[in-house]
Amino acid sequence: MARTRAATTTPERPQGQSDNPENETVQAPPAPRRKPGQARPNQPPMFGGLSGSRRNVLDLDDFSKEEIEHILLSADGMNEVLSRDVRKTPTLRGKTILTLFFENSTRTRVSFEQAGKVLGADVINVSASASSVSKGESLLNTVRTLEAMKIDVLVMRHPHSGAPYFVASKIDAAVVNAGDGTHAHPTQSLLDLYTMRRHLGDIAGKKVTIIGDLHFSRVARSDVWGLRKMGAEVTVCGPPTLLPYGLRPGTEQDESAAFTGVKVVDRVEEALEGADVVMALRIQRERQDSGNLPDLREYSKLYGINSERLALASPGALLMHPGPMNEGIEISSDVAHGAQAVIEEQVSNGVAIRMAVLYMLCARSRGGE
Amino acid sequence: MSQRHDGLENQGRLIMSAEQLRRALVRISHEILERNERPVAIVGLHSRGVELARRIADLITSIEGVETDFGTLDPRLYRDDPDSASIKPVVPSEITFPVDGRPVVLVDDVLYTGRTIRAALDAIRDFGRPSSIQLAVLVDRGHRELPIRADYVGKNVPTAWGEEVRVMLEEVDGTDGVTLLRQSEATAYSLNPGGGQS
Repeated sequence: MARTRAATTTPERPQGQSDNPENETVQAPPAPRRKPGQARPNQPPMFGGLSGSRRNVLDLDDFSKEEIEHILLSADGMNEVLSRDVRKTPTLRGKTILTLFFENSTRTRVSFEQAGKVLGADVINVSASASSVSKGESLLNTVRTLEAMKIDVLVMRHPHSGAPYFVASKIDAAVVNAGDGTHAHPTQSLLDLYTMRRHLGDIAGKKVTIIGDLHFSRVARSDVWGLRKMGAEVTVCGPPTLLPYGLRPGTEQDESAAFTGVKVVDRVEEALEGADVVMALRIQRERQDSGNLPDLREYSKLYGINSERLALASPGALLMHPGPMNEGIEISSDVAHGAQAVIEEQVSNGVAIRMAVLYMLCARSRGGE
Repeated sequence: MSQRHDGLENQGRLIMSAEQLRRALVRISHEILERNERPVAIVGLHSRGVELARRIADLITSIEGVETDFGTLDPRLYRDDPDSASIKPVVPSEITFPVDGRPVVLVDDVLYTGRTIRAALDAIRDFGRPSSIQLAVLVDRGHRELPIRADYVGKNVPTAWGEEVRVMLEEVDGTDGVTLLRQSEATAYSLNPGGGQS
Protein backbone atom coordinates (compact mmCIF):
# COMPACT_ATOMS: atom_id res chain seq x y z
CA MET A 1 0.00 0.00 0.00
CA ALA A 2 1.19 3.41 -0.87
CA ARG A 3 1.04 4.72 2.66
CA THR A 4 3.49 2.17 3.97
CA ARG A 5 5.80 2.52 1.01
CA ALA A 6 5.94 6.22 1.56
CA ALA A 7 6.53 5.74 5.25
CA THR A 8 9.43 3.37 4.83
CA THR A 9 11.25 5.00 1.97
CA THR A 10 10.61 8.68 2.41
CA PRO A 11 12.59 10.52 5.04
CA GLU A 12 10.20 12.03 7.57
CA ARG A 13 9.44 15.56 6.53
CA PRO A 14 9.15 17.79 9.54
CA GLN A 15 7.23 20.71 8.05
CA GLY A 16 4.07 21.34 9.91
CA GLN A 17 2.73 17.86 9.45
CA SER A 18 2.81 16.78 13.04
CA ASP A 19 0.75 19.71 14.25
CA ASN A 20 -1.70 19.21 11.44
CA PRO A 21 -3.68 16.08 12.21
CA GLU A 22 -5.65 16.28 8.96
CA ASN A 23 -2.48 15.60 7.07
CA GLU A 24 -2.05 12.26 8.74
CA THR A 25 -5.00 10.81 6.91
CA VAL A 26 -4.26 12.43 3.62
CA GLN A 27 -2.46 9.59 1.96
CA ALA A 28 -5.08 7.01 2.82
CA PRO A 29 -8.23 7.06 0.69
CA PRO A 30 -10.68 8.69 0.71
CA ALA A 31 -8.64 11.87 0.66
CA PRO A 32 -10.19 14.85 2.37
CA ARG A 33 -10.23 18.14 0.48
CA ARG A 34 -7.02 19.94 1.20
CA LYS A 35 -7.27 23.33 2.79
CA PRO A 36 -5.85 26.08 0.65
CA GLY A 37 -2.27 26.76 1.54
CA GLN A 38 -1.83 23.51 3.39
CA ALA A 39 1.32 21.69 2.36
CA ARG A 40 0.77 18.92 -0.15
CA PRO A 41 1.36 15.51 1.35
CA ASN A 42 2.82 13.89 -1.71
CA GLN A 43 5.76 16.12 -2.20
CA PRO A 44 9.05 14.69 -3.37
CA PRO A 45 11.38 13.74 -0.56
CA MET A 46 14.44 15.72 0.35
CA PHE A 47 16.80 16.12 -2.54
CA GLY A 48 19.65 13.67 -2.46
CA GLY A 49 18.57 12.11 0.78
CA LEU A 50 18.79 15.15 3.03
CA SER A 51 17.66 14.08 6.43
CA GLY A 52 15.52 17.13 6.95
CA SER A 53 16.37 17.02 10.61
CA ARG A 54 19.47 19.18 10.50
CA ARG A 55 19.12 21.88 13.09
CA ASN A 56 22.73 22.89 13.49
CA VAL A 57 25.90 23.19 11.47
CA LEU A 58 28.66 22.39 13.94
CA ASP A 59 31.22 20.52 11.84
CA LEU A 60 31.27 18.62 8.57
CA ASP A 61 31.85 15.23 10.22
CA ASP A 62 28.10 14.56 10.43
CA PHE A 63 27.38 15.75 6.87
CA SER A 64 26.73 13.28 4.09
CA LYS A 65 28.33 13.81 0.72
CA GLU A 66 24.85 14.48 -0.68
CA GLU A 67 24.20 17.16 1.88
CA ILE A 68 27.48 18.90 1.09
CA GLU A 69 26.66 18.59 -2.61
CA HIS A 70 23.26 20.17 -2.01
CA ILE A 71 24.81 23.20 -0.29
CA LEU A 72 27.47 23.60 -2.99
CA LEU A 73 24.79 23.49 -5.70
CA SER A 74 22.61 26.00 -3.90
CA ALA A 75 25.61 28.31 -3.52
CA ASP A 76 25.60 28.63 -7.34
CA GLY A 77 22.10 30.04 -7.16
CA MET A 78 23.10 32.32 -4.30
CA ASN A 79 26.12 33.59 -6.25
CA GLU A 80 23.77 34.54 -9.06
CA VAL A 81 21.69 36.60 -6.58
CA LEU A 82 24.90 38.33 -5.43
CA SER A 83 25.75 39.21 -9.03
CA ARG A 84 22.46 41.05 -9.60
CA ASP A 85 21.93 44.79 -9.50
CA VAL A 86 19.33 44.28 -6.78
CA ARG A 87 21.01 42.07 -4.19
CA LYS A 88 17.99 41.35 -2.03
CA THR A 89 15.46 38.56 -1.82
CA PRO A 90 12.55 38.21 0.61
CA THR A 91 13.42 34.59 1.42
CA LEU A 92 14.20 34.93 5.12
CA ARG A 93 11.97 37.92 5.80
CA GLY A 94 11.00 37.97 9.45
CA LYS A 95 13.84 35.70 10.53
CA THR A 96 16.42 36.93 13.00
CA ILE A 97 20.04 35.83 12.83
CA LEU A 98 22.34 36.67 15.67
CA THR A 99 26.10 36.57 15.38
CA LEU A 100 27.83 36.12 18.72
CA PHE A 101 31.59 36.37 18.48
CA PHE A 102 33.89 35.72 21.42
CA GLU A 103 36.93 36.14 19.19
CA ASN A 104 37.91 38.83 16.74
CA SER A 105 36.82 38.38 13.17
CA THR A 106 36.25 40.49 10.10
CA ARG A 107 35.49 38.23 7.18
CA THR A 108 33.46 35.53 8.85
CA ARG A 109 31.23 37.89 10.79
CA VAL A 110 30.66 40.30 7.91
CA SER A 111 30.15 37.37 5.57
CA PHE A 112 27.36 35.94 7.73
CA GLU A 113 25.84 39.39 8.15
CA GLN A 114 25.87 40.04 4.40
CA ALA A 115 24.47 36.55 3.70
CA GLY A 116 21.59 37.07 6.11
CA LYS A 117 20.79 40.54 4.87
CA VAL A 118 20.81 39.62 1.18
CA LEU A 119 18.27 36.90 1.97
CA GLY A 120 16.12 39.44 3.78
CA ALA A 121 16.72 38.36 7.39
CA ASP A 122 17.41 40.73 10.25
CA VAL A 123 20.94 40.35 11.54
CA ILE A 124 22.07 41.39 15.00
CA ASN A 125 25.77 41.40 15.81
CA VAL A 126 27.04 40.90 19.33
CA SER A 127 30.71 40.90 20.14
CA ALA A 128 31.54 39.46 23.50
CA SER A 129 33.98 42.18 24.44
CA ALA A 130 31.22 44.80 24.21
CA SER A 131 28.53 42.73 25.94
CA SER A 132 27.61 41.53 29.40
CA VAL A 133 30.08 38.69 28.95
CA SER A 134 32.72 41.16 30.03
CA LYS A 135 30.70 41.65 33.24
CA GLY A 136 31.14 37.97 33.99
CA GLU A 137 27.91 36.47 32.64
CA SER A 138 28.22 32.77 31.88
CA LEU A 139 28.02 31.47 28.31
CA LEU A 140 24.79 29.63 29.04
CA ASN A 141 23.11 32.66 30.58
CA THR A 142 24.25 34.85 27.71
CA VAL A 143 22.79 32.62 25.01
CA ARG A 144 19.59 32.00 26.97
CA THR A 145 19.13 35.75 27.35
CA LEU A 146 19.70 36.26 23.65
CA GLU A 147 17.36 33.44 22.72
CA ALA A 148 14.64 34.96 24.89
CA MET A 149 14.62 37.84 22.42
CA LYS A 150 13.43 35.47 19.66
CA ILE A 151 16.23 34.48 17.36
CA ASP A 152 16.13 31.79 14.69
CA VAL A 153 19.80 31.21 14.04
CA LEU A 154 22.75 31.76 16.35
CA VAL A 155 26.06 32.11 14.56
CA MET A 156 28.76 31.64 17.12
CA ARG A 157 32.52 31.84 17.41
CA HIS A 158 34.22 30.86 20.62
CA PRO A 159 37.85 30.33 21.68
CA HIS A 160 36.99 27.02 23.35
CA SER A 161 36.58 23.92 21.22
CA GLY A 162 33.13 22.44 21.64
CA ALA A 163 31.40 25.55 22.96
CA PRO A 164 28.85 25.62 20.09
CA TYR A 165 27.96 21.98 20.80
CA PHE A 166 27.21 22.87 24.40
CA VAL A 167 25.09 25.84 23.34
CA ALA A 168 23.26 23.81 20.67
CA SER A 169 22.25 21.28 23.31
CA LYS A 170 20.71 24.00 25.47
CA ILE A 171 18.77 26.23 23.08
CA ASP A 172 16.09 25.74 20.42
CA ALA A 173 17.50 28.14 17.84
CA ALA A 174 19.68 26.67 15.11
CA VAL A 175 23.38 27.00 15.89
CA VAL A 176 26.08 27.59 13.28
CA ASN A 177 29.65 27.11 14.37
CA ALA A 178 31.70 30.00 12.99
CA GLY A 179 34.88 28.63 14.53
CA ASP A 180 35.37 26.99 17.92
CA GLY A 181 38.86 27.00 19.35
CA THR A 182 41.11 24.65 17.44
CA HIS A 183 38.27 22.31 16.53
CA ALA A 184 36.11 23.22 13.53
CA HIS A 185 35.07 25.89 11.08
CA PRO A 186 32.53 24.16 8.83
CA THR A 187 31.42 27.09 6.66
CA GLN A 188 35.06 27.85 5.81
CA SER A 189 35.46 24.28 4.67
CA LEU A 190 32.30 24.49 2.54
CA LEU A 191 33.49 27.67 0.84
CA ASP A 192 36.90 26.10 0.23
CA LEU A 193 35.24 23.08 -1.38
CA TYR A 194 33.04 25.37 -3.43
CA THR A 195 35.98 27.48 -4.61
CA MET A 196 37.92 24.35 -5.61
CA ARG A 197 34.93 22.99 -7.47
CA ARG A 198 34.40 26.17 -9.45
CA HIS A 199 37.93 25.91 -10.80
CA LEU A 200 38.61 22.20 -10.94
CA GLY A 201 35.19 20.65 -11.44
CA ASP A 202 34.73 17.42 -9.50
CA ILE A 203 36.98 17.37 -6.43
CA ALA A 204 37.16 13.57 -6.28
CA GLY A 205 40.70 12.37 -6.96
CA LYS A 206 42.20 15.86 -6.87
CA LYS A 207 45.35 16.30 -4.84
CA VAL A 208 45.03 18.93 -2.13
CA THR A 209 48.08 19.90 -0.08
CA ILE A 210 47.59 21.73 3.21
CA ILE A 211 50.66 23.36 4.70
CA GLY A 212 51.26 24.89 8.07
CA ASP A 213 50.03 24.72 11.63
CA LEU A 214 47.71 21.74 11.48
CA HIS A 215 47.55 21.28 15.22
CA PHE A 216 45.83 24.55 16.04
CA SER A 217 43.94 24.93 12.76
CA ARG A 218 40.18 24.49 12.91
CA VAL A 219 40.12 25.35 9.22
CA ALA A 220 42.37 22.41 8.34
CA ARG A 221 40.37 19.99 10.48
CA SER A 222 37.05 20.89 8.85
CA ASP A 223 38.64 21.07 5.41
CA VAL A 224 39.97 17.55 5.78
CA TRP A 225 36.53 16.26 6.77
CA GLY A 226 34.97 17.93 3.75
CA LEU A 227 37.72 16.91 1.31
CA ARG A 228 37.64 13.30 2.44
CA LYS A 229 33.86 13.13 2.05
CA MET A 230 34.17 14.53 -1.47
CA GLY A 231 36.88 12.02 -2.34
CA ALA A 232 39.95 14.26 -2.63
CA GLU A 233 43.47 13.08 -1.86
CA VAL A 234 44.78 15.14 1.04
CA THR A 235 48.44 15.66 1.84
CA VAL A 236 49.51 17.64 4.87
CA CYS A 237 52.88 19.12 5.76
CA GLY A 238 54.03 21.20 8.67
CA PRO A 239 56.49 21.41 11.53
CA PRO A 240 56.32 18.12 13.50
CA THR A 241 55.47 20.05 16.65
CA LEU A 242 52.43 21.52 14.89
CA LEU A 243 51.02 18.27 13.55
CA PRO A 244 47.90 16.88 15.22
CA TYR A 245 48.84 14.36 17.90
CA GLY A 246 47.95 11.26 15.88
CA LEU A 247 50.00 12.41 12.91
CA ARG A 248 53.29 12.93 14.73
CA PRO A 249 56.04 10.45 14.00
CA GLY A 250 55.74 7.37 16.17
CA THR A 251 52.11 7.82 17.25
CA GLU A 252 49.11 5.69 16.33
CA GLN A 253 46.28 7.31 14.46
CA ASP A 254 42.81 7.10 15.87
CA GLU A 255 40.49 5.65 13.24
CA SER A 256 37.76 8.18 13.92
CA ALA A 257 40.01 11.22 13.84
CA ALA A 258 39.60 13.98 11.29
CA PHE A 259 42.97 13.32 9.72
CA THR A 260 42.48 9.59 9.20
CA GLY A 261 43.78 8.61 5.79
CA VAL A 262 45.64 11.80 4.98
CA LYS A 263 49.23 11.61 3.79
CA VAL A 264 51.83 13.24 6.00
CA VAL A 265 54.96 14.51 4.29
CA ASP A 266 58.01 16.01 6.00
CA ARG A 267 59.45 18.15 3.26
CA VAL A 268 57.30 20.89 1.79
CA GLU A 269 58.80 20.39 -1.69
CA GLU A 270 57.67 16.80 -1.72
CA ALA A 271 54.22 17.70 -0.44
CA LEU A 272 53.72 20.27 -3.17
CA GLU A 273 54.67 17.99 -6.04
CA GLY A 274 51.75 17.58 -8.41
CA ALA A 275 49.25 19.29 -6.12
CA ASP A 276 46.06 20.64 -7.72
CA VAL A 277 45.36 22.84 -4.73
CA VAL A 278 47.88 24.39 -2.34
CA MET A 279 46.45 25.68 0.88
CA ALA A 280 48.63 27.72 3.19
CA LEU A 281 47.35 27.98 6.74
CA ARG A 282 47.70 31.05 8.87
CA ILE A 283 50.28 30.93 11.62
CA GLN A 284 48.02 31.87 14.50
CA ARG A 285 50.30 33.94 16.61
CA GLU A 286 47.64 34.13 19.32
CA ARG A 287 48.01 30.36 19.81
CA GLN A 288 51.80 30.15 19.58
CA ASP A 289 52.91 30.92 23.11
CA SER A 290 53.49 27.25 23.93
CA GLY A 291 56.86 27.09 22.24
CA ASN A 292 55.81 24.79 19.42
CA LEU A 293 57.22 27.16 16.90
CA PRO A 294 60.69 28.43 17.75
CA ASP A 295 60.96 31.15 15.17
CA LEU A 296 58.73 32.71 12.52
CA ARG A 297 61.66 33.35 10.18
CA GLU A 298 62.67 29.74 10.32
CA TYR A 299 59.07 28.69 9.63
CA SER A 300 58.92 30.99 6.66
CA LYS A 301 62.15 29.60 5.28
CA LEU A 302 61.10 25.96 5.67
CA TYR A 303 57.37 26.07 4.99
CA GLY A 304 56.47 29.44 3.47
CA ILE A 305 54.83 29.32 0.03
CA ASN A 306 56.74 31.36 -2.52
CA SER A 307 56.88 31.33 -6.30
CA GLU A 308 59.64 28.67 -6.48
CA ARG A 309 57.72 26.30 -4.28
CA LEU A 310 54.39 26.97 -5.99
CA ALA A 311 56.04 26.05 -9.29
CA LEU A 312 56.43 22.48 -7.97
CA ALA A 313 52.66 22.03 -7.91
CA SER A 314 50.60 21.17 -11.00
CA PRO A 315 50.59 23.88 -13.64
CA GLY A 316 47.74 26.25 -12.80
CA ALA A 317 47.30 24.84 -9.29
CA LEU A 318 45.06 26.92 -7.06
CA LEU A 319 46.62 28.79 -4.17
CA MET A 320 44.27 29.20 -1.23
CA HIS A 321 44.50 30.75 2.21
CA PRO A 322 41.72 31.04 4.79
CA GLY A 323 42.86 34.53 5.77
CA PRO A 324 43.84 36.76 7.36
CA MET A 325 47.27 36.36 5.77
CA ASN A 326 50.61 36.97 7.40
CA GLU A 327 52.28 37.98 4.19
CA GLY A 328 55.95 37.14 4.21
CA ILE A 329 55.52 34.34 6.77
CA GLU A 330 53.34 31.50 5.51
CA ILE A 331 52.84 33.03 2.07
CA SER A 332 54.93 35.49 0.11
CA SER A 333 53.31 38.64 -1.24
CA ASP A 334 53.95 37.94 -4.91
CA VAL A 335 52.13 34.61 -4.95
CA ALA A 336 49.42 35.80 -2.54
CA HIS A 337 48.36 38.36 -5.13
CA GLY A 338 49.47 36.35 -8.14
CA ALA A 339 47.53 34.69 -10.92
CA GLN A 340 47.10 31.38 -9.12
CA ALA A 341 45.72 32.86 -5.90
CA VAL A 342 41.97 32.57 -5.37
CA ILE A 343 42.06 34.05 -1.90
CA GLU A 344 39.71 36.95 -2.56
CA GLU A 345 37.36 34.65 -4.43
CA GLN A 346 37.23 32.48 -1.33
CA VAL A 347 35.88 35.50 0.50
CA SER A 348 33.13 36.23 -2.06
CA ASN A 349 32.20 32.57 -2.24
CA GLY A 350 31.92 32.62 1.55
CA VAL A 351 28.88 34.87 1.32
CA ALA A 352 27.14 32.53 -1.15
CA ILE A 353 27.93 29.47 0.96
CA ARG A 354 26.63 31.11 4.13
CA MET A 355 23.47 32.13 2.29
CA ALA A 356 22.94 28.51 1.32
CA VAL A 357 23.56 27.36 4.91
CA LEU A 358 21.23 29.95 6.45
CA TYR A 359 18.55 29.18 3.87
CA MET A 360 18.78 25.48 4.65
CA LEU A 361 18.52 26.05 8.41
CA CYS A 362 15.75 28.65 8.30
CA ALA A 363 13.66 26.65 5.88
CA ARG A 364 13.76 23.81 8.36
CA SER A 365 13.19 25.81 11.47
CA ARG A 366 9.90 27.25 10.24
CA GLY A 367 8.18 23.95 9.68
CA GLY A 368 10.01 21.89 12.26
CA GLU A 369 8.41 23.44 15.31
CA MET B 1 15.97 9.37 -14.28
CA SER B 2 14.63 7.98 -17.50
CA GLN B 3 14.15 4.40 -16.41
CA ARG B 4 11.17 5.20 -14.24
CA HIS B 5 9.29 6.56 -17.26
CA ASP B 6 9.71 3.45 -19.36
CA GLY B 7 6.36 1.80 -18.87
CA LEU B 8 4.38 4.88 -19.77
CA GLU B 9 1.05 3.08 -20.16
CA ASN B 10 1.31 1.48 -16.77
CA GLN B 11 2.11 4.76 -15.08
CA GLY B 12 -1.16 6.64 -15.21
CA ARG B 13 -3.37 7.82 -18.03
CA LEU B 14 -1.76 9.51 -21.01
CA ILE B 15 -3.44 12.89 -21.46
CA MET B 16 -1.04 14.37 -23.99
CA SER B 17 1.04 12.44 -26.48
CA ALA B 18 4.39 13.65 -27.80
CA GLU B 19 2.66 14.86 -30.95
CA GLN B 20 -0.06 16.68 -29.04
CA LEU B 21 2.56 18.29 -26.84
CA ARG B 22 4.45 19.49 -29.88
CA ARG B 23 1.32 20.91 -31.49
CA ALA B 24 0.32 22.68 -28.29
CA LEU B 25 3.71 24.40 -28.17
CA VAL B 26 3.43 25.42 -31.83
CA ARG B 27 -0.03 26.89 -31.18
CA ILE B 28 1.18 28.73 -28.05
CA SER B 29 4.11 30.16 -30.02
CA HIS B 30 1.72 31.48 -32.68
CA GLU B 31 -0.60 32.90 -30.03
CA ILE B 32 2.30 34.69 -28.35
CA LEU B 33 3.25 36.26 -31.69
CA GLU B 34 -0.34 37.17 -32.43
CA ARG B 35 -0.83 38.87 -29.08
CA ASN B 36 2.44 40.82 -28.99
CA GLU B 37 3.47 43.34 -31.56
CA ARG B 38 6.81 43.95 -29.90
CA PRO B 39 9.49 41.29 -29.53
CA VAL B 40 8.88 39.23 -26.42
CA ALA B 41 11.35 37.65 -24.02
CA ILE B 42 10.65 34.05 -23.06
CA VAL B 43 11.57 33.10 -19.50
CA GLY B 44 11.29 29.50 -18.31
CA LEU B 45 10.73 28.55 -14.68
CA HIS B 46 12.95 25.82 -13.26
CA SER B 47 13.02 23.03 -13.89
CA ARG B 48 10.72 21.75 -16.69
CA GLY B 49 9.50 25.21 -17.62
CA VAL B 50 13.04 25.94 -18.81
CA GLU B 51 12.95 23.24 -21.48
CA LEU B 52 9.45 24.24 -22.60
CA ALA B 53 10.53 27.89 -22.80
CA ARG B 54 13.56 26.93 -24.85
CA ARG B 55 11.33 25.11 -27.33
CA ILE B 56 8.88 28.02 -27.54
CA ALA B 57 11.74 30.49 -28.07
CA ASP B 58 13.14 28.26 -30.83
CA LEU B 59 9.71 27.97 -32.47
CA ILE B 60 9.21 31.75 -32.41
CA THR B 61 12.69 32.21 -33.84
CA SER B 62 11.96 29.80 -36.68
CA ILE B 63 8.51 31.32 -37.40
CA GLU B 64 9.67 34.92 -37.42
CA GLY B 65 13.26 34.45 -38.47
CA VAL B 66 14.56 36.70 -35.69
CA GLU B 67 16.42 35.63 -32.59
CA THR B 68 14.18 35.51 -29.50
CA ASP B 69 15.55 36.35 -26.06
CA PHE B 70 15.39 33.35 -23.77
CA GLY B 71 16.07 33.29 -20.04
CA THR B 72 15.58 31.10 -17.00
CA LEU B 73 14.26 31.93 -13.56
CA ASP B 74 14.29 30.01 -10.29
CA PRO B 75 11.57 31.56 -8.10
CA ARG B 76 12.49 29.38 -5.12
CA LEU B 77 13.92 32.19 -3.02
CA TYR B 78 10.66 34.13 -3.41
CA ARG B 79 8.29 31.40 -2.30
CA ASP B 80 6.09 31.80 0.75
CA ASP B 81 6.70 28.19 1.75
CA PRO B 82 10.47 27.83 2.09
CA ASP B 83 10.10 24.34 3.55
CA SER B 84 9.01 22.81 0.29
CA ALA B 85 11.33 25.17 -1.54
CA SER B 86 14.49 23.83 0.03
CA ILE B 87 14.04 20.32 -1.28
CA LYS B 88 16.08 21.05 -4.36
CA PRO B 89 19.13 23.31 -4.52
CA VAL B 90 18.65 26.88 -5.65
CA VAL B 91 19.54 27.20 -9.32
CA PRO B 92 21.07 30.32 -10.87
CA SER B 93 18.63 32.39 -12.86
CA GLU B 94 19.91 33.51 -16.24
CA ILE B 95 18.39 36.66 -17.63
CA THR B 96 21.13 38.28 -19.66
CA PHE B 97 18.94 40.73 -21.57
CA PRO B 98 17.19 43.86 -20.27
CA VAL B 99 13.57 43.16 -19.32
CA ASP B 100 12.66 46.81 -18.79
CA GLY B 101 9.77 48.03 -20.90
CA ARG B 102 9.14 44.88 -22.91
CA PRO B 103 6.71 42.00 -22.69
CA VAL B 104 7.97 38.94 -20.84
CA VAL B 105 6.30 35.53 -21.15
CA LEU B 106 6.84 33.21 -18.19
CA VAL B 107 6.69 29.53 -19.08
CA ASP B 108 5.97 26.66 -16.69
CA ASP B 109 4.85 23.08 -17.12
CA VAL B 110 1.86 22.77 -14.78
CA LEU B 111 -0.28 25.56 -13.34
CA TYR B 112 -1.75 24.37 -10.04
CA THR B 113 -2.01 26.49 -6.88
CA GLY B 114 -0.45 29.53 -8.54
CA ARG B 115 2.11 29.94 -5.77
CA THR B 116 5.13 29.35 -8.01
CA ILE B 117 3.86 32.01 -10.41
CA ARG B 118 3.31 34.48 -7.59
CA ALA B 119 6.91 33.90 -6.52
CA ALA B 120 8.09 34.27 -10.12
CA LEU B 121 6.29 37.61 -10.44
CA ASP B 122 8.26 38.86 -7.45
CA ALA B 123 11.50 37.37 -8.77
CA ILE B 124 11.28 38.92 -12.24
CA ARG B 125 10.74 42.33 -10.64
CA ASP B 126 14.28 42.17 -9.27
CA PHE B 127 15.56 42.05 -12.86
CA GLY B 128 13.61 45.05 -14.09
CA ARG B 129 10.15 46.29 -14.97
CA PRO B 130 8.63 44.52 -17.98
CA SER B 131 5.90 46.35 -19.89
CA SER B 132 3.73 43.29 -19.33
CA ILE B 133 4.13 39.80 -17.90
CA GLN B 134 2.23 36.93 -19.50
CA LEU B 135 2.03 33.29 -18.53
CA ALA B 136 2.19 30.22 -20.73
CA VAL B 137 1.67 26.73 -19.26
CA LEU B 138 1.50 23.32 -20.82
CA VAL B 139 -1.19 22.05 -18.46
CA ASP B 140 -3.67 23.96 -16.30
CA ARG B 141 -4.92 21.51 -13.73
CA GLY B 142 -7.03 23.91 -11.64
CA HIS B 143 -7.11 24.17 -7.82
CA ARG B 144 -5.84 27.73 -7.73
CA GLU B 145 -5.15 29.23 -4.33
CA LEU B 146 -4.32 32.68 -5.68
CA PRO B 147 -5.97 34.96 -8.25
CA ILE B 148 -3.63 33.92 -11.06
CA ARG B 149 -4.51 32.75 -14.56
CA ALA B 150 -2.56 31.70 -17.64
CA ASP B 151 -2.59 33.63 -20.93
CA TYR B 152 -1.60 30.60 -23.01
CA VAL B 153 -2.63 27.05 -22.06
CA GLY B 154 -1.59 23.86 -23.80
CA LYS B 155 -4.39 21.81 -22.27
CA ASN B 156 -6.92 22.30 -19.50
CA VAL B 157 -7.09 19.17 -17.39
CA PRO B 158 -9.70 18.96 -14.62
CA THR B 159 -8.09 17.06 -11.77
CA ALA B 160 -8.90 15.91 -8.29
CA TRP B 161 -6.65 16.85 -5.48
CA GLY B 162 -4.38 13.91 -4.77
CA GLU B 163 -3.89 13.29 -8.45
CA GLU B 164 -0.60 14.20 -10.00
CA VAL B 165 0.03 15.65 -13.44
CA ARG B 166 3.38 14.46 -14.71
CA VAL B 167 5.02 16.28 -17.57
CA MET B 168 7.84 14.41 -19.27
CA LEU B 169 10.21 16.09 -21.66
CA GLU B 170 12.76 14.60 -23.99
CA GLU B 171 15.58 16.71 -22.56
CA VAL B 172 15.01 15.61 -18.96
CA ASP B 173 13.08 12.35 -19.07
CA GLY B 174 13.99 10.94 -22.46
CA THR B 175 10.45 11.09 -23.79
CA ASP B 176 7.69 13.64 -24.42
CA GLY B 177 4.23 13.33 -22.92
CA VAL B 178 1.87 14.21 -20.09
CA THR B 179 0.22 11.67 -17.84
CA LEU B 180 -2.34 11.91 -15.08
CA LEU B 181 -1.68 9.72 -12.07
CA ARG B 182 -4.37 8.68 -9.63
CA GLN B 183 -3.81 9.15 -5.97
CA SER B 184 -2.07 5.90 -5.08
CA GLU B 185 0.19 6.17 -8.11
CA ALA B 186 0.84 9.79 -7.30
CA THR B 187 1.96 8.84 -3.82
CA ALA B 188 4.31 6.26 -5.20
CA TYR B 189 5.60 8.81 -7.66
CA SER B 190 6.27 11.25 -4.86
CA LEU B 191 9.11 8.99 -3.80
CA ASN B 192 10.96 10.22 -6.86
CA PRO B 193 12.23 13.77 -6.66
CA GLY B 194 11.68 16.04 -9.62
CA GLY B 195 8.61 16.59 -11.72
CA GLY B 196 6.92 19.93 -11.54
CA GLN B 197 3.74 20.79 -9.75
CA SER B 198 3.35 24.50 -9.52
